[in-house]
Amino acid sequence: MSAPLPQGPRPAPPSPASTSLTFAWRAVLKFKHVPEQLFDLVMTPIMFTLLFTFIFGGALAGSSTAYLQWFIPGILVQTTVFNTVYSGMGLSTDLSKGLFDRFRSLPIWSLAPFAGLMVGDMLRHTIAGAIILGIGLALGYRPEAGLPGILASFALLLAIGFGWGWIFIVLGLVVRTPMTVMTLGFAVLFPVTFASNIMVDPATMPGWLQAFVAVNPVSLMTTALRALMAGTAGWGEIGRALLAPAILTALLAPLVLWLYRRR
Amino acid sequence: MEMEPAIRARGLRRAFGDLRAVDGIDLDVPRGTIFAILGPNGAGKTTLLRILATLTRADAGEARVMGHDLAHEPDKVRAAIAMTGQFASLDEDLTGRENLVMLARLWGFGWRAARQRAAELLAAFDLSDAARKQVKDYSGGMRRRLDIAASLIVTPGVLFLDEPTTGLDPSARAGVWRLIRGLAAEGVTILLTTQYLEEADQLASRIAVIDHGRKIAEGTSRELKAQTGSGVLHVTPLDPGNRAIALGILGETAQADPEGARLSVPVADDTEAAAHLARLAEAGIRLAEFSLGAPSLDEVFFALTGKEAA
Repeated sequence: MSAPLPQGPRPAPPSPASTSLTFAWRAVLKFKHVPEQLFDLVMTPIMFTLLFTFIFGGALAGSSTAYLQWFIPGILVQTTVFNTVYSGMGLSTDLSKGLFDRFRSLPIWSLAPFAGLMVGDMLRHTIAGAIILGIGLALGYRPEAGLPGILASFALLLAIGFGWGWIFIVLGLVVRTPMTVMTLGFAVLFPVTFASNIMVDPATMPGWLQAFVAVNPVSLMTTALRALMAGTAGWGEIGRALLAPAILTALLAPLVLWLYRRR
Repeated sequence: MEMEPAIRARGLRRAFGDLRAVDGIDLDVPRGTIFAILGPNGAGKTTLLRILATLTRADAGEARVMGHDLAHEPDKVRAAIAMTGQFASLDEDLTGRENLVMLARLWGFGWRAARQRAAELLAAFDLSDAARKQVKDYSGGMRRRLDIAASLIVTPGVLFLDEPTTGLDPSARAGVWRLIRGLAAEGVTILLTTQYLEEADQLASRIAVIDHGRKIAEGTSRELKAQTGSGVLHVTPLDPGNRAIALGILGETAQADPEGARLSVPVADDTEAAAHLARLAEAGIRLAEFSLGAPSLDEVFFALTGKEAA
């Protein structure tokens, strides 16, 4: 081994933006080295899309094509919400491996590793959403609002992913193993996504359940996404969809910072 | 202006529930030295290191690292230290090179300079061939080298090494030892923890022995050995056939080395050692070799804690 110490002077400390960019680069590298994670992300939603469209679609909406118009915005919300679990799992893995100890012993902006996680998440949501939308389009889904509707929908999906992501970052910080994060995540997300208007019109549900579905944040997000895709969205719908992500961010971001510093 | 020691800690405490992991530890580590914290598993070594590296908050006590207060200037402390934990703090999915480029970027290097620095470190640590392999495919020794390389992106004032050779084979261990000595020679202060008495003895100019979160002894290797108040006489009979007779002459406290022909007997001082040698000579037992040494750190640890070292 030759002399490992650097000869030149130390560089100036990096800005928070540059630091976050580096963590984002790491997220991109993860996609390059672990492409199979994409499979995990889109397998279930693809299966759901095919099952619901062809098996239940006719019974629920008269025809598969008609059902697609209803279902695709919903499954996009579901995909995004479910995929937030993975950032919590990734975080839990990093913590158990001691990688975060390395980050925490560096003189960098202390939220940068989380900002990096978020950037990775945004990337994940965009890719998974694009794949699901692509399949929908191939099956005959036609958003009335066209490309602008799709772009607006994806912007909303990213906001939803950002807000919900905090839940699993908190779990990732508190729970010891990545598998537990996943199990806990699915235990919460399955009821919340099924008891919503993603798959079926809640009109046939019992009254007490309808009351829940009406205020379920997942329903509010799905309604807004449908309206964006159809080109009929008003600020009220968008505002209601963003309510849960905004509240989650306001409550959980400080909690994440506190948990992270306390460790 | 007189230089502050690299580390000055007073009364550090940290409990996890009922467990007092660190229970009132003072530490002074002079700059540019290798300082070992020696203790069995669960003695509180790692917690102590993590407190000093700003990763764990102390419940009580205070410490300054490279002149910066741990509680009030953690970022200045972080700028002055590097830590290699017991478990590889690397991204397993990324290649060795990508890990180092990422960390160099986090230290403020531009992309080009970061790649340059990563290449230098990979070459210095004999990892150039594995640069494009994912870390999960590295051997234990390679991983440890990369992990230490990751702590040397910039020259740290203090390098914390938590059990740097645990789980390594003897040749990989020797490599890490050479590296640690080399860094100390360049002026890096090194605080390492170890369960290996030999490691502390080989590397460190000062050793603190920790047990149950408390410092039970501190000094140079020689001073610690002197605390048991005795030495050991080693003799090797020229004719191996004479070992049993020689053992009888040396008395009940004598022991035969299980592997070699060497016999050892504790002695209070040089006079007693000389008396043993005289009796062997009287009996006509010629010696191939004899020496008077301090007791091993194993014996010291036993004397200090009343327990076998882990």
